Amino acid sequence: MKVYAFKQADLEKWVKSWTSTHKVYRAATQKSETCGAHAGWTEMTDGTMPPCGPAKSSVKTFYFPQPETMATFSAKKEDPDGLLMENQETPEEKQIVFGVRPCDGRSVELNNLPYVDDPFYQANRERTILVGFSCTEQKATCFCTQTGGSPYGTEGLDVALSQVGDVFLAEIITDKAAELVDNGDGLTEASESEIAELTSLRQAVEENPGHDESLKAKEMTALHGAPFWDKVAESCLNCGACTFLCPTCYCFDIQDEVVRGQGKRIRYWDSCMFPLYTLHTTGHNPRGKKVQRVRNRFMHKLKYFPDRFGPFSCVGCGRCIQECPVNIDIREVMVDLLAVK
Amino acid sequence: MISYLPYPVRIDDITLETEDGNLKTFKLVLENENDRQAWSHVPGQFAMLSLAGKGEIPIGIASSPTEEGHLLFTVNRAGVVTTALHQMHVGDRMGVRGPLGNGFPLSSDLKGKNIVIIAGGFAFTTLRATLLYLLANRSDYGKITVIYGARTPGMLLYQDELKEWAERDDLDLHVTIDREADGWEGLVGFVPTIAGEVAPSPENSAALICGPPIMIKFTMPPLEKIGWTDDQVYLSLENRMKCGVGLCGRCNVGPFYVCNDGPVLTRAQVLKLPLEY
Repeated sequence: MKVYAFKQADLEKWVKSWTSTHKVYRAATQKSETCGAHAGWTEMTDGTMPPCGPAKSSVKTFYFPQPETMATFSAKKEDPDGLLMENQETPEEKQIVFGVRPCDGRSVELNNLPYVDDPFYQANRERTILVGFSCTEQKATCFCTQTGGSPYGTEGLDVALSQVGDVFLAEIITDKAAELVDNGDGLTEASESEIAELTSLRQAVEENPGHDESLKAKEMTALHGAPFWDKVAESCLNCGACTFLCPTCYCFDIQDEVVRGQGKRIRYWDSCMFPLYTLHTTGHNPRGKKVQRVRNRFMHKLKYFPDRFGPFSCVGCGRCIQECPVNIDIREVMVDLLAVK
Repeated sequence: MISYLPYPVRIDDITLETEDGNLKTFKLVLENENDRQAWSHVPGQFAMLSLAGKGEIPIGIASSPTEEGHLLFTVNRAGVVTTALHQMHVGDRMGVRGPLGNGFPLSSDLKGKNIVIIAGGFAFTTLRATLLYLLANRSDYGKITVIYGARTPGMLLYQDELKEWAERDDLDLHVTIDREADGWEGLVGFVPTIAGEVAPSPENSAALICGPPIMIKFTMPPLEKIGWTDDQVYLSLENRMKCGVGLCGRCNVGPFYVCNDGPVLTRAQVLKLPLEY
């Protein structure tokens, strides 16, 4: 793996050079900046450094754009092939997302576990280059190390940038990212001492406490039946903010939309916090009670998903903690679950 | 890679099944030769019926894989898509995406066993597929018992076939209705009562039960009384679904995805799951 070293001005120049060949996105710093297709993100024209902590909106908007067209059809009566679904081409245009925090990078890998055979997710993964930025400081709501991540993690990233002293080191992780360095012409390779310093920063990160393994060892029914769920759910408004902000919430709804004879079958984000999500046509609702929905969300992330795939379906970005209007904290839920006998 | 694109099908025939007009069986023919070659299902699986502009609904496949050339779906009119489907005509085109789910383990766990099929109301559909499959592979199974009940004689599905099956001597058929009705000379009584009277011994047997939850609940005690255990009883769950392939999230019962891990599972498995169905 190649590692290059940059002074800040050179790094900004390097990043800017991509904008002539790729669509480059960074987190929007203000509402007016945000671009239409990807709320919370903006198209980049310069080499601005990202602010501390994860961006307000996660990178899932680039992997699960909404709405996403799954098929098209003609809804015109006179059309002989009307109402037959045609395949929607998967998008191919290359894009770069700059300044992605390691937690978000990791979310792309975690979502890939269930979505490994989804044509749209895979196409978006193929066309997106993630340029990550290690975290030299953390917000009060950050807890990536408790979920198996690291502020210096590189999982899911194509390029990992890390600040070491007053230089920035760029680790070129994937072949996909190789096109950004163009054989390394005009770039300076990092010295051994700089790489050693990065390695020691990475090693200094606190060890994974293995909560995922601890919860995997517990009985599902014991965790599901624990008495604390009523207390967790009591204040929940079922607003769904946690699910929309969460980088590893990947549920969707499918709807058909017809505008002037042209139809589309689209999918867009859905939330297990909403009663309609599970409502049967008969009126029966398997998760009609708030506590059932709240429990399902946490159980999915911290028990069902790890039992099936290994890691938590949570990267510890802390968005849900920061934005929950009633201060529900997934870290506290984790502690409660770990205490269940 | 998953395909979310339904196969184009043509409605070849529509049968009104019940006196209340709410149940119709749609005979669908896959339009493309490639799709016909590729299609392969086992009884108990379901498929998404797709009506462009309306949406998709998961419906159990009522035809057996041994019936070649077409697919059958018996659909209760209930919501947006099923109502639109009920208004369609022979010759109309629509889509089918599938087959989805696991189906009954007819060629593995159930092979060589005595099979008891217990069905109530319009949940008989995938069990009709199962029964036809069993009869087509008759020598692979032991005694076959079918207990099927509906509210009234006019609410029984597949009435012509019921008459044919009644005349077979390699099949023990018990059709019942809830209350006495004019012109009905068959059994009268709820499915659990009849099951208690005619169910065979549990030895080397398996029961496949589909019906309203209340029927399943009351069918268990009479079976348990004569020694049946939960791992011999196969059920099929239903939950709201969108994708049918384990991604959209809503059909899970605890860790169990009805679409991918089910819909078929044993009662022993069901009892270990939370009550989210």
